Amino acid sequence: MNAQVITADRLHVYDLPDVQQTFIVARPDGLAEAALTLEGIHCGGCVRRCEQGLKDQTGVRDLQVNLSTRRAQLVWDPQQIRLSQILSRLAEIGYPAYPYDVRTQENRYRQERNRALRRLAVAGFGMMQIMMLAVAMYAGTFHDMDDAMRGFLRWMSLLVAVPVVLYSAQPFFANAWSGLKNRQLGMDVPVSLAIGGAFLASCWATVQGGGEVYFDSVSMFTFLLLLGRFLEMGARHRAARTSEDLINLLPATAARLRDGQEEIIPVTQLKRGDTVLVRPGATIPADARVIDGISSVDEAMLTGESLPLTKQPGAKVIGGTINIESPLTLQVESVGPDSVLSAMNRLLQRAQLEKPRLARLADRVASYFVAGLLLIATLVGWWWWQHQPQDAFWITLSMLVVTCPCALSLATPAALTAATGALTRLGLLITRGHALETLAKADYILFDKTGTLTLGKLQIDEIVSLGDMTSAQCLTLAAALEQRSEHPIAKALMRAAQTDNITLPSVTDSRAIPGQGVEGMLEGRRYRLGTPEFAAALVTTGVPEKVLQVDNSRGASLIMLSDEQGVLALFRLVDEVRPQARAAIAGLQQLGMTVEIASGDQPAAVERVAAMLGIQQYHGSMSPAQKLERLQVLQDQGKIIAMVGDGVNDSPVLARAQVSIAMGSGTEIARSNADMVLLSERLDRLVDGVLLARRSLRIIRQNLAWALGYNAIAVPLAASGFIAPWMAAIGMSLSSLLVVLNALRLSRLKPATLADSAPQSMPPDTAASGLGA
Amino acid sequence: MDILYLLIPLSLIIVTGAVLIFFWAVKSGQFEDLEGPAHRILDDDDPPESPPGRP
Repeated sequence: MNAQVITADRLHVYDLPDVQQTFIVARPDGLAEAALTLEGIHCGGCVRRCEQGLKDQTGVRDLQVNLSTRRAQLVWDPQQIRLSQILSRLAEIGYPAYPYDVRTQENRYRQERNRALRRLAVAGFGMMQIMMLAVAMYAGTFHDMDDAMRGFLRWMSLLVAVPVVLYSAQPFFANAWSGLKNRQLGMDVPVSLAIGGAFLASCWATVQGGGEVYFDSVSMFTFLLLLGRFLEMGARHRAARTSEDLINLLPATAARLRDGQEEIIPVTQLKRGDTVLVRPGATIPADARVIDGISSVDEAMLTGESLPLTKQPGAKVIGGTINIESPLTLQVESVGPDSVLSAMNRLLQRAQLEKPRLARLADRVASYFVAGLLLIATLVGWWWWQHQPQDAFWITLSMLVVTCPCALSLATPAALTAATGALTRLGLLITRGHALETLAKADYILFDKTGTLTLGKLQIDEIVSLGDMTSAQCLTLAAALEQRSEHPIAKALMRAAQTDNITLPSVTDSRAIPGQGVEGMLEGRRYRLGTPEFAAALVTTGVPEKVLQVDNSRGASLIMLSDEQGVLALFRLVDEVRPQARAAIAGLQQLGMTVEIASGDQPAAVERVAAMLGIQQYHGSMSPAQKLERLQVLQDQGKIIAMVGDGVNDSPVLARAQVSIAMGSGTEIARSNADMVLLSERLDRLVDGVLLARRSLRIIRQNLAWALGYNAIAVPLAASGFIAPWMAAIGMSLSSLLVVLNALRLSRLKPATLADSAPQSMPPDTAASGLGA
Repeated sequence: MDILYLLIPLSLIIVTGAVLIFFWAVKSGQFEDLEGPAHRILDDDDPPESPPGRP
């Protein structure tokens, strides 16, 4: 994803000692070790190519690639090779890699996973043993088993159940306890009660030699629940890892000028008054004032404006924006808390705090259920105590076991895990747990324009030939003049020339005037291409008035091509709308959602896009604060809003909306504040996303209804003392199985738009990992 | 059926052994990557050198 930004130059950052100390582990034998995140690893072949690719590099001692996590462990000799050389070699063979700090997430994931695996193993082995003994005991009920043997089998079951309850089921007890301390009745409370109660009662029965034992139910219940949570954890880790990978880990650096010498330093060390040099294509490191050079600066990410702005000496530039045309020398004006980006961050933090939360269906149902269950259990126990004190304990207990909330506690996680897997395959990544449920309920969808509905790059809309040349000839001339420029307009012309397979003649004596255009000689004639004023100034014979008054109300940018004899052509350029945008908007509207555009770009440009896509509501020239206000107004009307955006200026709104989706190519700050990330960049996936979210919600409801219905039948039967332990065990397993199978339907669904093509940006193997960890 | 008094405790000891082996496997990273090794087994560790002249 970040491959295009990473060039060999920028990798040198990783050789700076300040930067290195955050992720390198120095080993006692003089070697260095670092963990890398690898991009583009899809299959075993990739792993092999990576490892082979570094074989010929002296100094590289070891590279271990982990295919499941797409991470690698690198060991090298810092005396023989620099880290940046290894990284650029990896990028060369097609697997850009970045070091990351292992001490953070990954280590925690591994520990969590290993702990869960061990608990699962103990519960699994224990369950198998106890089942075996239980079958013998059930059989013994029908053929006379002597009491000594029954007692022995019970003691053996008890022995196996002890580690299952004390070790494997320990997280349930811990969660229930911490929930109770926070005055919350979570799903873990009845789970703990059922496991703990059944275990203690069975122990009592074993010691006393009477009553019933439930060791088999206890261990199976523990195992199934742990399995569900293990799968859920796998899905959660995978999503978290992918979203971490999205964050470009390259630390920001700046080229500081000191006594005419250029030195690369981390941005954090910049001070007010420092002079920095920013090359074309590089990000401006801090809010600053231009002291030398003229260039255009792309502020789209901060303001939503689709065209670059010209900056001359004296002009202010904002940190985080991108210099496009030519080198700029800047004097830093503010860093840290005073900068524009920090101000944006404060807006963002406030927005996060104010984010409205929808109460989660499952949590709500669970806490009612638990409260109700405890109440009924107390009443039933009390009633039996009054009438038949000797049976009261057993009946109350069997009721707790029968209503064993297994199905209920599996209902939501199973559906969410399956849906998350299916969505990941669509290229829509969920980063926050509530996203799916909220997306299903959303009825209003707010789009940013630049970079979200549009590709954020210009495209030629129309060529108006005004002289005697054909438009193809004009395009050839224009592209030839612009062929060395990095300006978005130049790129648009070059792309158009490439599509038409035009070979470009070479231009002599060309010069670019930032913010105005280019001038150059071609076959003895002088041409100019740029703003109408700039191009018209070359014409010696005068320009007809009507040419200069061309209609430009449609939010396009106009550039003019002229020679000394007259104006040759006008090019109208517009920001290209994403190919699937129209279908996506139509689909969303069909689902009953109201679509609105909130953009920072010129109102005319917003209007044009809105008209093209059939969107009735749109607002242009909005600052981030105004976008937030608009959101507030809508939320006050009771709308549940989904926000789709990509820029820094969208991030406060993304944080504040009930559910938010960032574009995969968007800014880091937008992605990290969104509940979902649209990795595939295909807007039509949003329609599938909403559909799938609604289906998941339906399935969750079905599951909850089933679990509650099952309990509604089982509770009265158990309360009246009709349920034998084996019936309880079978009923519980069946209802859990049904819930899981129902949830799995989600991962088999083939959304409508999936038929036309396979998702492009997701590696093929994630397709197989719907539920797998 | 008295043999059960020996066999069942014996089976429990074996299960304990299995659990310990599993713990060791988790600790030594056998479950870190469940996809890679399946592919890796298909790769030759050392690409064949120039073929020896003898048959």
